[in-house]
Amino acid sequence: MNHPDPQARLQPAATVAPITFHRSPDLGTPARESDTLVTLSIDGNEVTVPAGTSLMRAAGLAGCSVPKLCATDSLEPFGSCRLCLVEIDGRRGYPASCTTPAEAGMVVRTQSPRLAELRRGVMELYISDHPLDCLTCAANGDCELQDMAGVVGLREVRYGMTGNDNHFDAEHAAAPDTSNPYFTYDPAKCIVCNRCVRACEETQGTFALTISGRGFESRVTAGAGESFLGSECVSCGACVQACPTATLTEKTVIEQGQAEKSVVTTCAYCGVGCAFEAEVKGNEVVRMVPYKDGQANRGHSCVKGRFAWGYATHPDRIKSPMIRASIDEPWREVSWEEAISHAASEFRRIQAEHGRGAVGGLTSSRCTNEETYLVQKLIRAGFGNNNVDTCARVCHSPTGYGLGQTYGTSAGTQTFDSVQYADVVMVIGANPTDGHPVFGSRLKRRLRQGAKLIVIDPRAIDLVRSPHIAAAHHLKLRPGTNVAVINALAHVIVTEGLVDEAFVAERCDAESFAMWRAFVADPANSPEALEATTGVPVAELRGAARLYATGRSDGTAADLANRRPNGAIYYGLGVTEHSQGSTMVMGIANLAMATGNIGREGVGVNPLRGQNNVQGSCDMGSFPHELPGYRHVSDPLTRALFGEAWGVDIDPEPGLRITNMLEAALDGSFKGLYCQGEDIVQSDPNTQHVEAALREMECVVVQDIFLNETAKFAHVLLPGASFLEKDGTFTNAERRISRVRKVMPPLAGKADWEVTVDLARALGYPMDYAHPSEIMDEIARLTPTFAGVSYERLEELGSIQWPCNAAQPEGTPTMHVAGFVRGKGRFMPTRYVATEEKVNARYPLILTTGRILSQYNVGAQTRRTPNNLWHAEDRLEIHPQDAEERGIHDGDWVGISSRAGETVLRATLTGRVQPGVVYTTFHFPESGANVITTDNSDWATNCPEYKVTAVQVVPVSKPSEWQARFQRFTRRQEDHLRAASADGKVEV
Amino acid sequence: MEIQPLIKMANQIGQFFEAWPDPAQARSEIANHLQRFWEPRMRRAIVAHVEQGGEGLALPVRDAVKLLAERQAGH
Repeated sequence: MNHPDPQARLQPAATVAPITFHRSPDLGTPARESDTLVTLSIDGNEVTVPAGTSLMRAAGLAGCSVPKLCATDSLEPFGSCRLCLVEIDGRRGYPASCTTPAEAGMVVRTQSPRLAELRRGVMELYISDHPLDCLTCAANGDCELQDMAGVVGLREVRYGMTGNDNHFDAEHAAAPDTSNPYFTYDPAKCIVCNRCVRACEETQGTFALTISGRGFESRVTAGAGESFLGSECVSCGACVQACPTATLTEKTVIEQGQAEKSVVTTCAYCGVGCAFEAEVKGNEVVRMVPYKDGQANRGHSCVKGRFAWGYATHPDRIKSPMIRASIDEPWREVSWEEAISHAASEFRRIQAEHGRGAVGGLTSSRCTNEETYLVQKLIRAGFGNNNVDTCARVCHSPTGYGLGQTYGTSAGTQTFDSVQYADVVMVIGANPTDGHPVFGSRLKRRLRQGAKLIVIDPRAIDLVRSPHIAAAHHLKLRPGTNVAVINALAHVIVTEGLVDEAFVAERCDAESFAMWRAFVADPANSPEALEATTGVPVAELRGAARLYATGRSDGTAADLANRRPNGAIYYGLGVTEHSQGSTMVMGIANLAMATGNIGREGVGVNPLRGQNNVQGSCDMGSFPHELPGYRHVSDPLTRALFGEAWGVDIDPEPGLRITNMLEAALDGSFKGLYCQGEDIVQSDPNTQHVEAALREMECVVVQDIFLNETAKFAHVLLPGASFLEKDGTFTNAERRISRVRKVMPPLAGKADWEVTVDLARALGYPMDYAHPSEIMDEIARLTPTFAGVSYERLEELGSIQWPCNAAQPEGTPTMHVAGFVRGKGRFMPTRYVATEEKVNARYPLILTTGRILSQYNVGAQTRRTPNNLWHAEDRLEIHPQDAEERGIHDGDWVGISSRAGETVLRATLTGRVQPGVVYTTFHFPESGANVITTDNSDWATNCPEYKVTAVQVVPVSKPSEWQARFQRFTRRQEDHLRAASADGKVEV
Repeated sequence: MEIQPLIKMANQIGQFFEAWPDPAQARSEIANHLQRFWEPRMRRAIVAHVEQGGEGLALPVRDAVKLLAERQAGH
């Protein structure tokens, strides 16, 4: 029988074999790619594999299991344990099957009396240096050492297990390291297989671990002999995952024991959308393990998804619906029926008194596709207007606009796997190792293989220089000058003859290209003309442009006409959150088209979405001007389609955006808000403006798992359900739709979609769904790009990248392959317009904001986990030169004032930021980072300009006035919450 | 609605389309943008402001708002 290698190449979803909840078997070494196939015989079974495949993997594919300890198929072969020895006809000795490549015509035996004897000898040595405490060991039943002892038939250990000949007895053992909040390192149980060290290098790319010492003194060492917590370890869990024994073990497993079952689901953190196995015992999660067959994460994870899920059962969870007449009154716990009925009657009252458009709602990128679809449906069909918006407004709305205008669809073009084929990677305004860590690790792996890196960022992110990685060009631009930089890059490409003329002629609109070419060729867009504006040296900018277009910084690619390098652009909120965010997205799209970097693997334009379901919430019609599938509300055919399905007339006019809702609230024409899973008070700019607008509203309904900052201004609080408590789907940054599966019942009794259904019914607009799968069926019926999506298909394929329809029945891994969605690609002129947010003598510094690895967005989830050990407060990064001028020392309290407000943080002095620029995160509400950000926003979408705020920084000795007010207000609101529960079961 | 934020937003839209070589096309694109993305009460406010002189609005934006008003009036 012939056994082809199903994992020979990381294929897109369309060609991956159906997956089940069971992990695919560990074949010992990674799959190889080759056009050459070799056929050999293993234990009498004929098997054909790509050249370069190990005998161990070939044997596994042939159904022959070879014992192993140091090998696992997520890591390159190491050849140290000597357990995987085989016999090969015509060869002397017993080569290790993990490091021996398969060759055509080989005849291999994996079992023989001599091999059995050798393996027992190897295992005897291992076991002689291992504590025999299996019955009380946390890995009992999940230990590869235990398994292998059984497999090889070990029956005795002849060597002494006391004294100096081991490293585990009381006299010689090093103490376990329990410093990490999530896992322990027990050196007594280590077999020195190096899997943890290799996982840290190969999978994660941090290089935090090594083996120190020799012989019985060998130890896994973090950093330079520090504790795991004190080292540069990023707690991704790859080492724990790779460990074949209990040496590295999750603390939850030690405390709770092995799980009973596992459920494959999708992480609720960033836009990578990692698949995890939620291992549970009863209704209790024991651990989250990255799913080996997850098509977004390929078995890897980060500290958030892997470990920071304890918030789901945190005592702060809201478990009962509550109402109150005013925000100055205590909450009153009520039944679901009373809360829903009260909310509905208030919305109807407001509409009767102030008009149909006086109410609206917000969907959240932290909720499922089905939930966001229902909220926008409730607003459009139940409220009868289009006043729906989503948190993508404040992050990636410019991506939707910019890519929609140029390419015809509002989404990234690639899979994450695509980066494996990139030759040049340009990272603009993104920090993948912190914001999208699992993709960051994939990117670092490709860079270690030789791909070139360009970073465009005012700050020195980790990627600029980290172990075995150095950016070829770091364009350290001044915040707010993105468009000037992209125009200068385009100028070089156009004026130095680096345009892919054939691609442009075939694939792009000629008239728009001619207009754009003339525009960027203008000397005003040259790097020389813009150097003073951007702060980017001419040589660096020209080198970066040439590298992206040709693969060489000197631009002398001799065979450019025959083969262009694959240039891939990845970008984040450093692109979108500007007054010219949409312009910059279009500038990026122009650059990719001009160089032919669209429509195949290894290239493309890739927005790195901040939250897990940003893509999905946009797809589902969460914007006020468009229905699901990005179809404008003014289109009569689309309105008729939805109108007929929903039994209502759809308003043909666009509704209010979040920012417009707040303005309308202040002028008295907007009075009621249904806010699902979103926290605009903490996340939106100019906090005091948001607070003032919410105070003007008569009915604010917040549906959330915690009393978040917005809920403190609410009149109705509806308990939300975490991602562990419901069914649904998330769509990640690759357009990949993945299942979210319920692993425990909702703590408050209802999944979020059920609450929206109840509210719609109470509004007099009944919705009839028995399960989220029925909601997805409706989405598929009404949305052409989702036509082929169903829960059944998701079970078959594992996940699906939209568009999925009759033409692409298994989804679309790479977009715009044969042509752009809009037909011809459209170039857009992108004139640089300086932001109105200017520095001056009063506000001489520019504040820019960002994220950190261990915390997530507003921090509502991660702040309620031990991740606070890594980041317990937001700090202000300031360059030592700026600090010295102001008499600021590291750790000092500093006041940061802007035209919008003032707050106080502690300072961190660092050269990561350039002089004149300061930086902070916004994970803690008391920091008030958004008290200082302003109302400036993107011209096309109103996405806030978080990345540029003119500020002054001075040493201070007490919190700001806003912070003092915040603390008083928070205390009052917590009292109001405490008063809600007679038995005190609500904890704050 | 408060007119100053609307004036600022409209001028920003106008600045983007200044790069277009054909002023008539730029004017039409600005009007299209307002039509497609601004809620009616915002459009009414900016149209009313232009009817009162349009102070603070760049000239091409004023023209675009007039075009928008004409379209809404069915001209």
